[in-house]
Amino acid sequence: MTTAVSSSSSLSSRAKTWWTILRISLEERFVYRGDFALGTLMRFLPIITQVFLWGAIFAASGNNAIQGYTANAVVAYYMLTMISRAFSSMPGLCSGIALQVRDGEIKKYLIQPIDLLGFLLITRVAHKLCYYAIAIIPFTLVFYLCRGFFENGWPEATVLVAYGLALTMGFLLGFFIEASLGLVSFWFLEVTSLVFVYNLLNFFLSGHMFPLDLLPEWANQMVRLLPFQYLAYFPAAVFLGRIEQDELWFGLGVEACWLLAFVVLSRVMLNRGIHRYSGFGG
Amino acid sequence: MPMALIELNNLQKTYRVYQKKEGLRASIKGLFKRKYKEVQAVRGIDLQVEQGEFVAFLGPNGAGKTTTLKLLSGVIHPTAGSATVMGHIPWRRENDYRRRFALVMGQKNQLWWDLPAQESFRLHQQIYGIEPDTFQHTLDELSDLLGLRELLSQPVRELSLGERMKMELTAALLHSPEVLFLDEPTIGLDVVAQHNIQQFLKYYQEKRKITILLTSHYMKDVAALCKRVVIIADGQIQYDGSLSGIIDETTNRKLVTLQFADPIDKRLLGSLKRFGHIVHHEAPRVKLGVTRDDVPAMLTAILDAYDIDDLIVEEPPLEEVIADVFARVSETSATQSELGLSRSNDTQVGEAE
Repeated sequence: MTTAVSSSSSLSSRAKTWWTILRISLEERFVYRGDFALGTLMRFLPIITQVFLWGAIFAASGNNAIQGYTANAVVAYYMLTMISRAFSSMPGLCSGIALQVRDGEIKKYLIQPIDLLGFLLITRVAHKLCYYAIAIIPFTLVFYLCRGFFENGWPEATVLVAYGLALTMGFLLGFFIEASLGLVSFWFLEVTSLVFVYNLLNFFLSGHMFPLDLLPEWANQMVRLLPFQYLAYFPAAVFLGRIEQDELWFGLGVEACWLLAFVVLSRVMLNRGIHRYSGFGG
Repeated sequence: MPMALIELNNLQKTYRVYQKKEGLRASIKGLFKRKYKEVQAVRGIDLQVEQGEFVAFLGPNGAGKTTTLKLLSGVIHPTAGSATVMGHIPWRRENDYRRRFALVMGQKNQLWWDLPAQESFRLHQQIYGIEPDTFQHTLDELSDLLGLRELLSQPVRELSLGERMKMELTAALLHSPEVLFLDEPTIGLDVVAQHNIQQFLKYYQEKRKITILLTSHYMKDVAALCKRVVIIADGQIQYDGSLSGIIDETTNRKLVTLQFADPIDKRLLGSLKRFGHIVHHEAPRVKLGVTRDDVPAMLTAILDAYDIDDLIVEEPPLEEVIADVFARVSETSATQSELGLSRSNDTQVGEAE
């Protein structure tokens, strides 16, 4: 066999491997149908409290817009952050890695010719696809019923493309940040408190709790230097047209840099962690 | 001299274990300053295994058997020494090496819990790049041999422990590894399942001529499967040779059972003591432990003096002989560390932040 043939066949066999992992994890996910349906429905509960809370805030302030957000725009924003979070949140990823390190299941990835991060990424894609396949029904319904909150209607095509990119990178960024956190378990076996701190920061700094542009200018500037905004605020703001055309591509560029940084970080941590693991533990 | 398939030279592995004293105060102190103890799990193992051998590692818990298998499968790297398996250095974890061996741990699960084993097998097919025809052929063969056909489409969590172990073995053998490491493959299984797995391993190894290293606590596994036995205790090889050789080399005792025609009284028991020590007596039988060289003289004397109905001369049971070896090793190492001899640097208690 020539090298060219073998390398092309290895590429196609790699694609096949990924496809098989994807297919198998899809099957696995569908085992838990009930958990799934319930989890999806529960996602809509918090937004109802938000609608009431912001209704009260607007009534008390007497203004019909705060920092350019009308009451309707705020509701639209929260609905959109739900979509952002459906992409960027990674339930169980970090604790899952920590558990595997703790109980030694990580050995599997040392013994078999398979890459831990690649494997986890594909299974996560499968989880998400399963989730969307089911969640699309209630999401569509809710968005249809709440279409009145979106005062500007659908954004133009370029913005939609940018929105798609922002969501996709948000998914990857969320994955690699949490994977890096999980890999800390090679050094400290217990990462629960770390995850707690991360979730807390994420909640405030990603725009999940309130639109980031409501922050005072100095705080806003600082938050913009962090990667969190790409997990919730940024895609939502893109969709709502709150980000200017030239700022849009710059923002996506910065997001790509963060993504690259965390890809490299997680890779380095995995290599060092395995080295350490095989040196001390096992 | 051509290199052996598996070659270990002075292989050593030291773990660092956090020494925590009892109590809350000690726990709080441990936040700032920790004492670590160095534990030498493997103290320098030299071993050559040729292609097609089926070797058993015997040893008490914590003897270093599993650590050795982990070193050879590249999960951990050694503190000192070297090892090659099929020309590869295991802890480099090259994909070329990882496609050529398999490790099965009796207490670890590699299959997807909620899915039928078949799905895990398909994943293995992709991971190891097995051609579809070869894959189907191998899977058919293995599931026929192990009687798994009907179980392939059942979720793994619904299988019994024995069935699951057979599935684990199948998964490990799908890519036809040339070297197989088995760590306690029959642990916790009932006698029938143990026997099935032994039969399978024996047949498979003879047919494929693969090289297998096995650790087990069950002497029956070892007796059924392995011509060569390596006894590891205290991180070192204590014996390397045939199973029957263990008895010849490590004990000079035989067991003699006598069945008397007349009732046994105290006087009789007393007079038997000069031939050897009484292991067990239950009228009309007495079992004596006798030095091997004394057996002929003793038999002549007894047959002359008493009326004997039946007589058995046998080797002591293997379990006992091996337990003796383990006990001797732990005794010597205890005495040596008490006297501060040779291995005084074994356990260093160091402090680290």
